Amino acid sequence: MASRRSVPQSLLLHGTLLLATLIALLPVLWVLASSFKPASRILSSEIRFVDQPTLDNYTRLLTETDFPRWLLNSVIVAVFTMVFGVFMSASAGYAMSRFNFPGRRGLMWTFLVTQMFPVAILIVPIYTIMSALGLINTLTSLVIAYCTVAVPFCAWMLKGYFDTIPRDLDEAAALDGLGPFATFWRVILPLARPGLAVTMFYTFLTAWGEVAYATAFLQTDNKFTLGYGLQTFVPQFNKQWEYLTPAAILITIPAALVFLFAQRHLVGGLAAGATKG
Amino acid sequence: MTRLRQSFARHWYAWAMVVPVTVVLGVLVLYPLLRGIWLTFTNLNESNQRAEICTKTLGGGETCEPNPDAWSYVGLDNYLDILSGAKGEFWLWFTNTIVWTASCVLLHFGIGLGLAVLLNRQLRFRGLYRVLLIVPWAIPSFVSAFSWKFLFNESNGLVNAVLKTLGLDPVEWFAERWTSLSTAIIANVWMGVPFMMVALLGGLQSISDDLYEAAEIDGANPWQRFRNITLPGLRPVSMTVILLGTIWTFNMFPVIFLVTDGQPAGQTEILVTGAFKAAFEGIRNYSLAATYGVLILSMLIVFAAAYRRVLRNQGEVW
Repeated sequence: MASRRSVPQSLLLHGTLLLATLIALLPVLWVLASSFKPASRILSSEIRFVDQPTLDNYTRLLTETDFPRWLLNSVIVAVFTMVFGVFMSASAGYAMSRFNFPGRRGLMWTFLVTQMFPVAILIVPIYTIMSALGLINTLTSLVIAYCTVAVPFCAWMLKGYFDTIPRDLDEAAALDGLGPFATFWRVILPLARPGLAVTMFYTFLTAWGEVAYATAFLQTDNKFTLGYGLQTFVPQFNKQWEYLTPAAILITIPAALVFLFAQRHLVGGLAAGATKG
Repeated sequence: MTRLRQSFARHWYAWAMVVPVTVVLGVLVLYPLLRGIWLTFTNLNESNQRAEICTKTLGGGETCEPNPDAWSYVGLDNYLDILSGAKGEFWLWFTNTIVWTASCVLLHFGIGLGLAVLLNRQLRFRGLYRVLLIVPWAIPSFVSAFSWKFLFNESNGLVNAVLKTLGLDPVEWFAERWTSLSTAIIANVWMGVPFMMVALLGGLQSISDDLYEAAEIDGANPWQRFRNITLPGLRPVSMTVILLGTIWTFNMFPVIFLVTDGQPAGQTEILVTGAFKAAFEGIRNYSLAATYGVLILSMLIVFAAAYRRVLRNQGEVW
């Protein structure tokens, strides 16, 4: 195939892809470069990638701001959301995939419809529930709220994934005397690892990147997650980009590594969920 | 009764497996939804939410009296206030939302499809391009939003610095409605293209090569092959991602909230961010925010139903 392409065609193809790649990377690289510049040079009229490089911004971010605390809060929220989210969506996804129980269709529709719910309609009632339970300004409130956001989509995605695992396996397990729960736990779940990995990343990233609930529920500096805390670096006036840029880099590195490592699975999982739904 | 018992005996484990989800969704989605709908018919806000007003007495005790201005049922007032423009800027935000959603989804899909088609060919460094092009997806959305706000910073952000170097005037991006909204659109397009690209690439790879070979033998040119094989082959995936993309973009909170924050003066607010601000900024007007929520939800339901009907009329089983 490749040999049939003429030289100009080939140049055009690679040129387009290179341009797209440049656009995809430039903002990231610019923020990375800026994070090493001294505060006074970050917004300079000369365009320079390297400008008196220093680690000052990083040390000040880690020692003089609440950033480490917010990072910890975000990790806690994301991990708990992931654990509960995966547990709930896996069991629901399996039930929807295998059993034709009354209420199945209704449940599947509910999951699809909740995707449409704007944050605006739920946030006020959830806020009042949380404050009735005394959970305002706690990380627990965020974990609960994020599960409701992530679980319907994940259950739907996992149902698609479970559908690709042959039913014969369930039947064989049943003949061997395993009950439905044991079949699910010991036969299907280990086979569904790629699908579960996708769900884990999806729930983790949902919690990691959420802003609206965090902004509404959290009130004190020591409870902020990153999505809220970073806003305090760039108020409308007197923006402190020298804190924001290194923070952006520190947050992105772990998330991006995990993501790029997992993206092959993610694509497969999404495709399965999207086409088999 | 026996039928119910039989049904229970047969299905109890399936139900047991969906109980956790159902309970959580019931408590945190269904109940809030119903309560949210009820709130739209009231005038609940931060100042009238208490049913009783308690005052400390000298002895250290408390006396409570019913609040004379407690919140109450007000019928359709909220809807009338919003739709007539008496409170908030519904129609401005509505226009913004439509412009925002339409341009984002079109650009996401167009650019994503273009890149997917390019990447679906045999070419060198394909894997490398693919990974690098996915990078924007890998970055948490609020970080991307802040990064773009940084690039569009008015005094010597990268974009303005480049304009100056080229001898052009720097632009006060956030001082005017449409330039401000376009910064958010650019940021969101940048963030959303990889998802479309990857989903469509998956779709492309599921189209059998035989079809292309047969078409080539029949003398179809590349454009004809694209129109008659690629596009129909992509239909199932495209229909899903366009519907999802529209819903997600319509409700996309962080980008507008963090990039433009409504600047200038609320001119670039979309419905979701506008509703959030009504609920949590200034004197919190919970009922008004809920009314926005109901309006947004009804629009999305109408859209999804219409979309499904169009698909069905075209013979799509979905």
